[in-house]
Amino acid sequence: MALPDAKIPDGPIERKWSYYQAHCKLVNAANRSRFQIAVIGTGLAGGGAAAALGELGYSVKAFSFHDSPRRAHSVAAQGGVNAAKNYQNDGDNVWRMFYDAVKGGDFRSREANVYRMAELSVDLIDTCVAQGVPFAREYGGVLANRSFGGVQVERTFYAQGQTGQQLLLGTIAALNRQIDAGRVEMFSRHELLDIVVVDGRAAGVVVRDMVTGEIEAHAAHAVVLATGGYAKIYYLSTLAMGSNATAIWKAHKRGALLANPSFVQVHPTSLPPLGVHQSKLTLMSESLRNDGRIWVPAQAGDPRHPNEIPESERDYYLERRYPAFGNLTPRDIASRAAKERIDAGHGVGPLANAVYLDFRDAIRNHGEDVIRSRYGNLFGMYQKITGLDAYREPMKIAPAAHFSMGGLWVDYELMSSITGLYALGECNFADHGANRLGANSLLQACIDGYFILPSTIGNYLATRLHEPLPDTDHPAFRDATQEAEESVNKLLAVGGSRCVDHFHRELGAILTDRCGISRSGAGLRSAIEDVRRLRREFQQDVKVPGGPREPNSELDKALRVQDYLELGELMCRDALERDESCGMHFREEHQTGDGEAVRNDQSFAHVAAWEHVEGGEAVRHQEQLAFEFVEIATRDYR
Amino acid sequence: MKITFRIWMQDGPNSAGEFVEHAPEGLAPDMSFLEALDHVNESRILSGQRAIEFDHDCREGICGTCGVVINGRAHGPLAATTTCQLHMRSFSDGDLVTVEPFRARAFPVIRDLKVDRSSLDRVARSGGYVSTNIRAAPEANSILVPRHAARAAFDAASCIGCGACVASCKNAAASLYTGAKLAHLSELPQGKIENTLRVVRMVEAMDREGFGSCTNTEACEAACPQEISAHLIARMNRQYNWARLKSLGRKLT
Repeated sequence: MALPDAKIPDGPIERKWSYYQAHCKLVNAANRSRFQIAVIGTGLAGGGAAAALGELGYSVKAFSFHDSPRRAHSVAAQGGVNAAKNYQNDGDNVWRMFYDAVKGGDFRSREANVYRMAELSVDLIDTCVAQGVPFAREYGGVLANRSFGGVQVERTFYAQGQTGQQLLLGTIAALNRQIDAGRVEMFSRHELLDIVVVDGRAAGVVVRDMVTGEIEAHAAHAVVLATGGYAKIYYLSTLAMGSNATAIWKAHKRGALLANPSFVQVHPTSLPPLGVHQSKLTLMSESLRNDGRIWVPAQAGDPRHPNEIPESERDYYLERRYPAFGNLTPRDIASRAAKERIDAGHGVGPLANAVYLDFRDAIRNHGEDVIRSRYGNLFGMYQKITGLDAYREPMKIAPAAHFSMGGLWVDYELMSSITGLYALGECNFADHGANRLGANSLLQACIDGYFILPSTIGNYLATRLHEPLPDTDHPAFRDATQEAEESVNKLLAVGGSRCVDHFHRELGAILTDRCGISRSGAGLRSAIEDVRRLRREFQQDVKVPGGPREPNSELDKALRVQDYLELGELMCRDALERDESCGMHFREEHQTGDGEAVRNDQSFAHVAAWEHVEGGEAVRHQEQLAFEFVEIATRDYR
Repeated sequence: MKITFRIWMQDGPNSAGEFVEHAPEGLAPDMSFLEALDHVNESRILSGQRAIEFDHDCREGICGTCGVVINGRAHGPLAATTTCQLHMRSFSDGDLVTVEPFRARAFPVIRDLKVDRSSLDRVARSGGYVSTNIRAAPEANSILVPRHAARAAFDAASCIGCGACVASCKNAAASLYTGAKLAHLSELPQGKIENTLRVVRMVEAMDREGFGSCTNTEACEAACPQEISAHLIARMNRQYNWARLKSLGRKLT
């Protein structure tokens, strides 16, 4: 198969989206209810899309594996959402925000998509406020802002440390309104097991009711995936336990290209693992880096309590290496710098796997009350998990897998390489290049669902006006349903000796070690072998108790881990083939003498889009990235 | 550390349930409560039993998915803490820890510790929103909101929808949950407009779903992981009565 056209509109970058909107086909309001659209995932992207499509009058079925759409992992985003409002009069505008994101992504994203994200950020804040999102405000009643990593302006809107939950409640309220109005039918506790493709077009989905275990087929004129990120593949990550790659992996196996799967962001300010029982890592918002200073003891293995280490014996390594951005360097750089110090023996904490994030100076300068009002809930969370008081001693933090920039390849319309199948939010690859800037993920999820898809899906559906809804008796539906049944039964029949989590932990350890913050050719080759071995062991030795027609969390997990075991190999292959360092993808073979990443724009200024080959090796396609509007440059935060 | 768990197991909504006991080896004080349950499940699975079902997801206290009653208290012994944020260091060596689902008529048991809280969603769907279409929005700073109002709206909106308020209420009332949603929207100028209709619809939805009536014990506030104030219930009641008075003889819609 050839790589499809990315369908980027002609013209100056600031007019591409309005040109597209002026020329795309429309579906008459009276005809919209004839179209059935299946939306998978109801977080900010999917919930927003379902709400917007319902408002337009389409017939929508929305599916979530959670018991309620309000649980989607968008809820956990803490720090904020970016928008080029320039309320702070600090020189911000759409172009600057666009440039920051392209540069932050280390020149591995599509200019036109990124510009549109910055452009639509302005409208997003208006929409959220109208929904009743309680953003932080100044005394005069206007909206407040703060700063995030990788930028020099204050463009981040926030609601304490719960911005994700507050934006999501706005989305879910809009979704609830459409459910209330009967335009969206909500299926909670349903997990996608397959995408049905008929004559090269997405025709529906196969889902499993996680209470009864029934496998159901639903036909649709278009299918929208908004299923979030896959960083839970590392097992220890900041993601929720249920976050999974099943939907995008099944789409991939049905023909959708998967782009840059190895681009996974490691967040610098998570809590470190406390022991072998650890099931997830808790993020401490990047916003803490506005006031916290990161350091390690200058002397490796210094056994003293942090408060007893004098100023002269502290190494504020980010401020030392990157004086221009200091503690607010982008995430890839901050994570790498932390790993470098930890590997050099300067790590702190019982497992020597952390660095300090210290608020002493901020408390001295602004007072404890101000710090409490800014980050009170984060300090409280820290206290609950560790039992320590961060007002009295520095936090101990460490890098953790956090966000997947990679995902389904999509064109400018957010359509995957399967006609009629769309991918929104974190599950697509489009906007963040090789590294996402903080507070751009909520933004991307929201605008994909609220603003972009509602326009682009009409351009497709308008050509399908006389097409009836696909028939679920079609052999493609029957085959997909049967395959799903078989895969469930096969897992239950193995009857091995190891729990699902055992395999997930081991997969996570392989990827964290060799396909995480730092990668090498030799390490990736051995990781591929190890993932293959682990996959074989899983097929022969996993133990999944219970039956297929009952609530069975272990079966839910096994189905997800089975897909992770396949995706893991492709991530390693993608990392291996990208023989350069860029953004968070740091190949040890490509660095400067002082440890900075070295890109290879000659050979790798492209998106790697992988095609699944049944029973064979995936094929790598390249979408060349044209930088027409920004000058490609070496990132320098020094 | 050594803990004996007494955990409620029940195959389905209409089956009889019973407590099963587990005293797993290898518990550590740094384990979260849910990691301890994972640990129990791992030993059950390896010995050929099915896993104990419980809901959980983010494990950082914000998604509201988890929640069990621990020694008679929703989310366990710590104030302002969800089950997933509770750690074993809050218990003492040798403790007997009883674990039950959130019980309420409006929360039928699905299996074991997993309950169906979709009744809360149906209350929220009965007007718990601002009726504005996406994009039908004025410039954000044209809606000024006093800082204290934004703060009050935020405090109410911080509800995570876990249902601990219902589980801890002797009447299984959802008044704190509903009061919080109503307060969030009625604090803000954009939400005030529909408040009369909203309060009537949401209160009636609570009754329809089988939640009990509030008798002001404030047990809900004590159990709430987000420390939402029971004053919001009084406010809901006042708004409801006022709405009923105003609607005498005329339609709200």
